[in-house]
Amino acid sequence: MIDDDFVKSLLGSRGYLSFKHRDDCLTLSCPPKHLLEFCKFLRNEETFDLLTDLTAIDHGENASPRFSVVIHLYSLIHKSYLRIHVCCDDDNSPSVPSVSEIYPGANWHEREAYDMFGVKFSDHPNLKRILMWDDYPYFPLRKDFPLAGIEVPLPAADVAEVTGASVDPAPMMGGPFVSPGQGRMSEAEPSAKDESWTETFEKPL
Amino acid sequence: MSTTTKEINVGDVGARAEAISDGSRMALNVGPSHPTTHGVLRLLMELDGDTITNCEPVLGYLHRGDEKIAENMTYNQFVPYTDRLDYLAPLANNVAYAITVERLAGIELPPRCEAIRVLISEMARISSHLLGMGVFGMDAGAWTPFMYTFTEREKLYTLFEELTGARFTTSYTRIGGVARDLPEGWLPKVEKFVDELPKAIDEVEKLLTRNRIFLDRTEGIGTISKNDALAYGLTGPNLRACGIDLDLRKDKPYSGYENYEFDVPIGTKGDCYDRYLVRIEEVRQSILIIKQVIASMPGGLWYAEDAKKIFAPPKEKIMTNMEELIQNFMIVTEGPQIPAGETYFEAENPKGALGFYLVSKGGGVPYRLKIRAPSFCNLSILEKLVPGHMLSDITVILGSLDFVMGECDR
Repeated sequence: MIDDDFVKSLLGSRGYLSFKHRDDCLTLSCPPKHLLEFCKFLRNEETFDLLTDLTAIDHGENASPRFSVVIHLYSLIHKSYLRIHVCCDDDNSPSVPSVSEIYPGANWHEREAYDMFGVKFSDHPNLKRILMWDDYPYFPLRKDFPLAGIEVPLPAADVAEVTGASVDPAPMMGGPFVSPGQGRMSEAEPSAKDESWTETFEKPL
Repeated sequence: MSTTTKEINVGDVGARAEAISDGSRMALNVGPSHPTTHGVLRLLMELDGDTITNCEPVLGYLHRGDEKIAENMTYNQFVPYTDRLDYLAPLANNVAYAITVERLAGIELPPRCEAIRVLISEMARISSHLLGMGVFGMDAGAWTPFMYTFTEREKLYTLFEELTGARFTTSYTRIGGVARDLPEGWLPKVEKFVDELPKAIDEVEKLLTRNRIFLDRTEGIGTISKNDALAYGLTGPNLRACGIDLDLRKDKPYSGYENYEFDVPIGTKGDCYDRYLVRIEEVRQSILIIKQVIASMPGGLWYAEDAKKIFAPPKEKIMTNMEELIQNFMIVTEGPQIPAGETYFEAENPKGALGFYLVSKGGGVPYRLKIRAPSFCNLSILEKLVPGHMLSDITVILGSLDFVMGECDR
């Protein structure tokens, strides 16, 4: 059972864990260097067989630690989820040990977290981009990456050579996006966060 | 077979030309646009004769950045994007997303709203499985069942249209309720549909279930062991076909699923045939659930009344009352006000467990929304599952996994 006694014995035997109060499921914070040992224990002795989700969070450019990895495990016996927070020590080149040895399903999740956030997973068997193409230079889900995107060369160099095409940012005006881009948004389609006339421009008549 | 095999890196795009050079192995590229791949999945395979020795799926051709978009719009504005995840069961996605946000906000829904959500989720499941089975038959060379299942699916889409105004992209739920109450005279139509559906399913079964060719092509093909299925994070019918009894509607009931009686079909061998059988039986169980929901449909409101800063009041009140007008204005401009915190919720969708991990810092816009797509996890087993099979088994294996690239690539 996942109850107070379970949590107490877990925290008692593993001093490096810290408990976070959350309403939906048991949440524990684990330092990166103990992650593998803890996951092995959870899988082999506490029946957390299923890694349902692994992702990363960017806490903002100025936050430290900037990146953390969040793992959700599910136990078929306890019928319960468990969440592990892992804070990356280094803000500039974040890195966490890969759990794909223990949970093979984590392989793709970790590739995605690397693709989107640039979090490296050490000892990962095949750490390359999964959703973006291999040469893509940015990490799109970081908070400093603009919603519209940044212009980059076309992935097919031979096509780009002939056509001169590149991958362009999405048009901001009139679309569904809410972003203080170039120009006066009040003249485009009205959107939820459109307050440009209060700051930069006068209120349109 | 051959001992003088040259190592071929199937991930290399130029491998196709190079691979033929010594004649022992061949690199084959399937997709991203190929009828087998049900969308835009690309498989890079290495063949030894007709046997596949290596397989590398390549994803991302349908990547639209849904998670980034979610961080830049209000909670209700994201509902239409959830339609486009598993676009074969948009209603179920709408429900899963709405429940996630409501859990974080701590909203209690009235029984009628929960019953409506169960009803539409099960209708979405039938619709998705009908397509899955029909297309699976087609992948195995049987055209006719597809016609039967699509005829039934079309009837469902007519019902969806009457309920939501759209056949495909339904966007029916709102945070704290659903967009509108059930139309008058709609429930009897649903009842008539589920009364007639078993007959159509029987006909499909007559065409497929004991069909010699179908059996030869699916039995013992694409067998997944229990351990592998868990290790790779499979969920839904694909996991249950391996003999693991995990159905979140039973194990972690949400939206009042605990009030309905139904069985969870599980397979024994975990091959393509078992996955087909599990889906057929799930349709029959969904019919049972729908009948129970209709028989016990509670009256009352279809939205949470006390969710003042979250659910916009009905239109007729907005037009006549000042307070409701202001409330509506704030919800539209600022978004539903969700407290800070984090939550993870998984719903048992037709394809498997669709999870949303939501981090909020308060206000009307999510700080981070991770979508745990069942198709993404179900496909990750391909690298392990496919090698050793014949090339012609690829169509059957992909068909039996029943994935949707819309939610895989997000």
